[in-house]
Amino acid sequence: MTEFKLDAAPKTVEPTIYELSSPGRIGVDFPAPDVPRTNLPDSLLRAELPLPELSEVDVIRHFVKLSTFNYSVDSGYYPLGSCTMKYNPKINEDTARLSGFANIHPMQPIETTQGALLLMYQLQEWLKEISGFDALTLQPAAGAHGEFVGVLMMRSYQEDRGETKRNKMLIPDSAHGTNPATSAMSGLKVVQIPSDERGNVDLDALRAEADDTLVGMMLTNPNTLGLFDENVEEICKIVHDAGGLMYGDGANMNAMLGITKMADLGFDVMHYNLHKTFSTPHGGGGPGSGPVGVTAELAPFLPAPIVDIVEEEADGIPPLYGFVDPSKTIGRVKAFHGHFGMFVRAFTYIAMHGPDGLRDISEHAVLNANYILARLRDTYHVPYDRICMHEFVAEGRWKDAPDVHALDIAKRLMDYGFHPPTNYFPLIVHEALMIEPTETENKDTLDSFIDAMISIAKEAHDEPDLLHDAPHPENTPFGRLDEVKAAKDLILCCWLPEDYENQ
Amino acid sequence: MNIPSNLKYTKSDEWVDLESGKIGLTDYAQDQLSDIVFVEALVDADDDIDVGDGISEVESVKASAEVYAPVGGKVVATNEDLADTPEIINSDPYGAGWLVQIEVSSQSDELMDAAAYEKYCADRD
Repeated sequence: MTEFKLDAAPKTVEPTIYELSSPGRIGVDFPAPDVPRTNLPDSLLRAELPLPELSEVDVIRHFVKLSTFNYSVDSGYYPLGSCTMKYNPKINEDTARLSGFANIHPMQPIETTQGALLLMYQLQEWLKEISGFDALTLQPAAGAHGEFVGVLMMRSYQEDRGETKRNKMLIPDSAHGTNPATSAMSGLKVVQIPSDERGNVDLDALRAEADDTLVGMMLTNPNTLGLFDENVEEICKIVHDAGGLMYGDGANMNAMLGITKMADLGFDVMHYNLHKTFSTPHGGGGPGSGPVGVTAELAPFLPAPIVDIVEEEADGIPPLYGFVDPSKTIGRVKAFHGHFGMFVRAFTYIAMHGPDGLRDISEHAVLNANYILARLRDTYHVPYDRICMHEFVAEGRWKDAPDVHALDIAKRLMDYGFHPPTNYFPLIVHEALMIEPTETENKDTLDSFIDAMISIAKEAHDEPDLLHDAPHPENTPFGRLDEVKAAKDLILCCWLPEDYENQ
Repeated sequence: MNIPSNLKYTKSDEWVDLESGKIGLTDYAQDQLSDIVFVEALVDADDDIDVGDGISEVESVKASAEVYAPVGGKVVATNEDLADTPEIINSDPYGAGWLVQIEVSSQSDELMDAAAYEKYCADRD
């Protein structure tokens, strides 16, 4: 049927750990306690705790086997648009495990953690330089958290200057869902701004909403169509003239490193995603990291504390790094200082590349995306078709193949051994397929992916059932999953399904 | 695509039957959303609502969408069958898949008739 079979694809189904359990089987013997026993109050005790019982090797084999069912960027190409699933260099893991970084505690005296504080300080400086901002916090746990922090600062800034009636945030219809979500969480009213026929923000619609109730606007640039907004400076000017602030969603920074700076374009606040742009793990719980940079005007509102030099260098003694609280801080937004292990990885990545290397990253990310776009645009309709940045969005549908949807194309790609692109996002493109190759893929990989996409387009017309039934069980552990049942009949429990009814 | 001529339509793909006061999602909307897996009414019987208020939250395997009131008035009933069988919006969007029924006292001045809505849908394809 297909010549693209995955030889190494796992074929067997692994039981759940509860099915593997056998009463009385144990992995570890604890020694008798050497301190007096204290009994818990009865109210805190329960009669039953249905934990699985297995030996250590049973547990290891179970989870190692499950891990082989995984698809990751270490096992294959991962063009998941807007997620920037770039390869994470393994040297990041080496540095993050250095004892001086891995075995310290955030409550140690600062005199004993100067290396870690210097790393955080230097990372702040680099991230400020890359986007042209004056100050930065490393605290936010990930992108959406960074957005929330940024929006809270914008709101505090407006309140601080007496502009208390401002309660409106403008968000383009191509935005990530996290933008309206974080604005709503901050108590703001969200107003959607449509895109024009070139995929830019519709300037007339923007002018109509730019009034004295504006807190600001959240703009992703390049946007989720993978397009650099051609009017970005004009947009910033319209918002600023109305007394609003510009929030830059840095989700797509992978297109801009060393080429242009968000602050130079007119943005006042932005968040980075270290787990996208700077090669820290993305997906699987990461954890992420979402530093937020701001202009000098907003610096007093940053979360506390910020790493800074607390005693200047003098007489050959290096400076002392410590923590300072910005004067009008919105407060602490994360336990301790954020996801420190991710700072070490991002620091390593930036240090390994240097300024020219960072620019190379973005140039190759953009080149790769445009190469795929150029080879696919005759086969797949691209609604906003112009030079793209690091990603582009095609339609997964054809008038002469009416029963085929973007989801079927995505599923069929799994038969060819590729992770599907993002589908059905952004919402302004019908049957969207959002393709982001990243800079880490070579031309051979890009060509195999493109060939698969072209072959699938032919199948969609000649043998559509190949797509409807994909992926096929000889290529993936289970074949096509029932997405409706998975969403509707969700059962999360620690009992076997057949025992669930009795609990 | 099915667009009954006795209903009025909105740009956000709701339909309203001005006689019965029933509101729902159009055939175009259910097709775009694909398999609907969850529906939550954001209003209760006897609530007073204005044009443009969010009245339901609809979730499919692809996306979630808020449904806005094309008319204002007092809520008569919400469709309780949708809790267990949200898929009836896919199979019967203008009948069993209705969302909210309202005693209509005001209406949006942007409501479209079937012909205008059909053109509106065609332009978006």
